Amino acid sequence: MTTLLGWLAALSLAAGAVMGFGVAPREVTQGNVQRIMYLHVPTAWVAYLAFGVVLVASIAYLARRRPGADRVAHASAEVGVVFTGLTIAAGSIWGKPTWGTWWTWDARLTSVAILFVMYLGYLLLRGMIDDHERAARYCAVLGIVAALDVPLVHFSVYWWRTLHQPPSVLKPGAATMPPAILAALLVNLVAFTLLYVYFVAKRVRLLRAESEALA
Amino acid sequence: MAWKDLLVERRSKETLNALLFFSLALLFVFQFALGPDRERLAAVLPGLLWLGFILSGMLGLGRVFLVERENDCWEGLLLAPGDKSAIYLGKLGGSLALMFVMEAIVLLLFALFFNLDLAPVLPGLALVIGLGTLGFAAIGTLFAAMTAQARARELLFPVLLLPVLVPVLLGTVKATEALLLREPLADVAHWLKLLVAADVVYLVAGLLTFDFILEG
Repeated sequence: MTTLLGWLAALSLAAGAVMGFGVAPREVTQGNVQRIMYLHVPTAWVAYLAFGVVLVASIAYLARRRPGADRVAHASAEVGVVFTGLTIAAGSIWGKPTWGTWWTWDARLTSVAILFVMYLGYLLLRGMIDDHERAARYCAVLGIVAALDVPLVHFSVYWWRTLHQPPSVLKPGAATMPPAILAALLVNLVAFTLLYVYFVAKRVRLLRAESEALA
Repeated sequence: MAWKDLLVERRSKETLNALLFFSLALLFVFQFALGPDRERLAAVLPGLLWLGFILSGMLGLGRVFLVERENDCWEGLLLAPGDKSAIYLGKLGGSLALMFVMEAIVLLLFALFFNLDLAPVLPGLALVIGLGTLGFAAIGTLFAAMTAQARARELLFPVLLLPVLVPVLLGTVKATEALLLREPLADVAHWLKLLVAADVVYLVAGLLTFDFILEG
């Protein structure tokens, strides 16, 4: 099952690469740099998906106390942090030629960065508690609190940046995408989602094997 | 619970004394770091004030559950009859009282050292500080209980707390800034609403999840 998922993810990633580099046209103003979007947007989507899964799995764990739910939360948080890092890195690489800077304290960049640090803390907490069951419980609480905090962070950072300084860079407006670009983006979204599911499934298996070996 | 902690605190005074000297030292550090330029100082003062509150508050909150740990009373907390959320509220009440005393003194020192006339804005400032401190203590108490049993807890506590506190920090700093510039509070109503929302979210989350922390 997991192997099949892995092959599916690999295949769709290859298809995504073909779509992104081959089928989708070169963007007129930004040039080839724009193709980073086919990585940047899917990784950002996967990051949010992953943290959403952490929330659901955390609630499920506290309600039912199945170790499986905790493993899903753990795996999803790890994958989410990696993909958040990828999102920031890809965005930086795109931002340097487009905006002329690696980083700017724009609202969206800032809130993603805070998210990144928050879930890094989540993984740290996991590592710092020796008792497995206790780590699962505490992390479930943190997973819920962190998810609840996301809208607060979003609004505060948005007001902080956009009330005093008009958004000049990150507002593409209602520009519609040409169908080829949209198709390439969608294929990549599917591909990265499959990749996410594959990673989580694999990691959950590893965690289960680990706890069985220790038991 | 709050009563017990406050009693212990009043008898020993160890946390409050240390916190006060810590915030005094912070004031000096701020002054040295920024130099005597009054213009520049005025611009960053709200941020400094809250940095002071947060840093001293973090030191204080990090110790909230250490009394139990150091004196081997953690089991006592676990076995306490009744609702665990009562323990949460008690700890929260204790830390709130401690922080308010600390903040009042720090505010006084701030006004003194940086030559501020705070009297006209005091009611608004009290509101902002009250809201900010409530959110800070609500989530801080929860995290303090979580990290009390972890390794490297002194390090872990701020690492967990700071990113989660970003909304509260931004809201309070912005509202304080407006107050110090003598702007009406209505201009920052959206920040106050955000603070209230944050307080409610943190309090409810704390009350609902504290049971799970104190299970074992």
